[in-house]
Amino acid sequence: MRRALPADGLLTDPRALKPYETDGLTAIRQVPWLVALPVSESQVRDVLTICREHGVPVVPRGAGTGLSGGARPLADGLVLSLARLNRILEIDLDNCVARVQPGVRNLAISEAVAEHGLYYAPDPSSQIACSIGGNVAENSGGVHCLKYGLTVHNVLGVRLLTFEGDELELGGRGLDTPGYDLLALIMGSEGMLGVVTEVTVKLLPVPPEKRVLLAAFAEVGDAADAVGALIAEGLIPAGLEMMDRLAIQAAEDFVHAGYPRGAGAVLICELDGVAAEVTADLALTRRVLEAHGAFSLRVAEAPEEQARLWLGRKAAFPAVGRLAPDYYCMDGTIPRRALSAVLREISELSVRYGLRVANVFHAGDGNLHPLILYDANQPGELERAEQMGGRILELCVAAGGTVTGEHGVGVEKLDQMCAGSPVRSSSRCIGSRRPSILAGAQSRQGGTGLARCAEVGGMHVHAGRAPFGNLPRF
Amino acid sequence: MAAVSGERDAAARLQDAVRAAIAGGTGLRIAGSGSKAQLTEMGAASAADRRSLLLSTAEHSGVLSHRPEELVLTARSGTPLKLLEQTLAHNGQRLPFEPPRFHGGGTLGGAVAAGLSGPGRPWLGAVRDCVLGVELINGLGERLRFGGQVMKNVAGYDLSRLQAGAFGTLGVLLAVSIKLLPAPAVERTLVLELDPAEALAACRRFARSAFPITATCHYQGELRVRLSGAEAAVRWAAQEIGGRVEEAPRFWQSLRDHRHPFFAEASSLWRCSLPPAAQVLPVATQSGEDCLTEWGGALRWWCTRRNPGEVRELVAARGGHALPFDGGFAARQRAGVSPVAARLQSRLREAFDPHGLFNPELGAMDAD
Repeated sequence: MRRALPADGLLTDPRALKPYETDGLTAIRQVPWLVALPVSESQVRDVLTICREHGVPVVPRGAGTGLSGGARPLADGLVLSLARLNRILEIDLDNCVARVQPGVRNLAISEAVAEHGLYYAPDPSSQIACSIGGNVAENSGGVHCLKYGLTVHNVLGVRLLTFEGDELELGGRGLDTPGYDLLALIMGSEGMLGVVTEVTVKLLPVPPEKRVLLAAFAEVGDAADAVGALIAEGLIPAGLEMMDRLAIQAAEDFVHAGYPRGAGAVLICELDGVAAEVTADLALTRRVLEAHGAFSLRVAEAPEEQARLWLGRKAAFPAVGRLAPDYYCMDGTIPRRALSAVLREISELSVRYGLRVANVFHAGDGNLHPLILYDANQPGELERAEQMGGRILELCVAAGGTVTGEHGVGVEKLDQMCAGSPVRSSSRCIGSRRPSILAGAQSRQGGTGLARCAEVGGMHVHAGRAPFGNLPRF
Repeated sequence: MAAVSGERDAAARLQDAVRAAIAGGTGLRIAGSGSKAQLTEMGAASAADRRSLLLSTAEHSGVLSHRPEELVLTARSGTPLKLLEQTLAHNGQRLPFEPPRFHGGGTLGGAVAAGLSGPGRPWLGAVRDCVLGVELINGLGERLRFGGQVMKNVAGYDLSRLQAGAFGTLGVLLAVSIKLLPAPAVERTLVLELDPAEALAACRRFARSAFPITATCHYQGELRVRLSGAEAAVRWAAQEIGGRVEEAPRFWQSLRDHRHPFFAEASSLWRCSLPPAAQVLPVATQSGEDCLTEWGGALRWWCTRRNPGEVRELVAARGGHALPFDGGFAARQRAGVSPVAARLQSRLREAFDPHGLFNPELGAMDAD
């Protein structure tokens, strides 16, 4: 392995391995046996070959910002870091695509093409740090995916290496490819099907106009109904976010963004496009929000004013972190029509379990992020928080939704996946009994015995010390 | 829930038919309305040689749920596209991927299985972009559900999008959940007189602009551009782009459904998927060649009598690939890929349909 990698490309020293023991899901830790840091595709291939020959499980890792433990190492395994494959290989302005290596940061793509008036649309909150390879693995979304789609809608092609050592080129610069849509299958497959070594992404023109609205409501139910009404009116906002009373108070105490303190909920709505369209949409949005009881409406035109309206939302996670010693971040998606009812049931659970919950979430696509506040130093509180989290996910499924909207299954939600979800049949269909087409599979699925049940964790944040404290999380 | 019409649940009967096929070792040819038979008929040597039985989903129809504010519709696979589009139009919505309705037919299941997207594909999304979940019967006779009814869902492998374009070889689709879009307030078509190279250059400029374009079509010296959106935005873009405004509301439907005169006259028709900016294809009009270009340059219908090897080479040299749009279209799908991809495709097929029951005639065909 040393011969296959650069001099500093193989980590074996316990101190050097330590940073790789976890990803953004810090509750779950495991120091790996080895970490490989290849700088080229051929080195990636060599590492995979050696691991295959010696039966060493491989866990691929991008920037390690994921929130479901998808990059959690195995004690007897190798972590394959793609962080050094970080070159933008080509910017093709004629076809509006960029071809990049997997370790390129999400935001770096948009920065590289900004001078041409283009950008890469999916913008997960960790975009200053997360890598495009990780985005492919998780099918990452972002604040703007309501209008611009997820990674699956914005990646045109990938190159990948399978654990068997095969090279696979999927998609390209055109739109249709013959045969089964393996490209779609790779999106969100959490590194289980192969190691991505190149990604071709679609670039979009930067919208010439943008407006941000902040609407305050007395009751959370009114705001939830307004969300459904906006969509029913034919509007597709670029972003549509919601915060409840507790989250608003926390954010105000923390960053003083000027949100109305008495409000039961606020909606932050971003509209973009050509000037004429934005003006028309803005008028309609105002009417709908007012008809649903918005008592305060602010519209930001200048970029700094817009940033201010976004500030409270973007600071919400750390702000909530100040309210209690620990919080547990959930991630489930529900149909929009169920927003009001599910939020009400969450507040009932909050009373029943004696734990406060702050809601800060992507309302436009029904992607909830309830933050359960607890104190790990109080006996039993952690267990109560986890039980309550489980109930919340059950609510999401019962409402017609899913146990993970954007954070992924990773190691966090393997149990929920096994409990009668479609995934059991999905992994059978594509062959958990055929580990040969799976790269990470041998590491993770192979390792799913009793041990896994004890490892169920979650995104727990203690004393406001979120993983990568300098990363925005929203 | 919206009014349910044409309600017929034949899932149990379809499941029985699959079980009977397993027991009898017979293949099943899955069909909806049969409107795309011209893309699948060449798989078998002749009708007499076919040992497979016809399995029709046409009796399995009806909208299962449609809440306009969710922008999601779930319907049984045999639901006619015509009926779906009427239901949606009633609520000011549409299927983003504009599936073709050949001969006026077409079902939701067939549209997903064929994976053919209409004129708006680069701007509004492809079939696979809009599939949120499916229910199907696999080759073991089991009913399975994949995906769901919400836009954001990363719970497990995305096996629902995989059904788009698989031509039924991975299972019998029972129901599909689809993402919808609001219908635009206004649509307008502009016509610009441009030769093929100028038209591609114009499309390259459009791709860098914020114009609310949702379709382009270049044919015989004219580039048609569809603008969709709010009245003010469409008016502004029309002024900026120029050209003449055409009052031909049915043009894009006729293009989508291949009722446009180009398709009536085309023989030896190739469907070429290319990087949008790829150089124009050679068109020798004196020898009957012709070309119609959609999707801002990314889809080119090439009518040519050159030998297949030359056609493939010319398209591959431009970074794309070509398939003859004829009775072998479905059967050649999986042949046009690399050996590694072909192996993975076979494994997927084996996992979903270990006895090879579904559409056995598709998949055995070589590229030529």
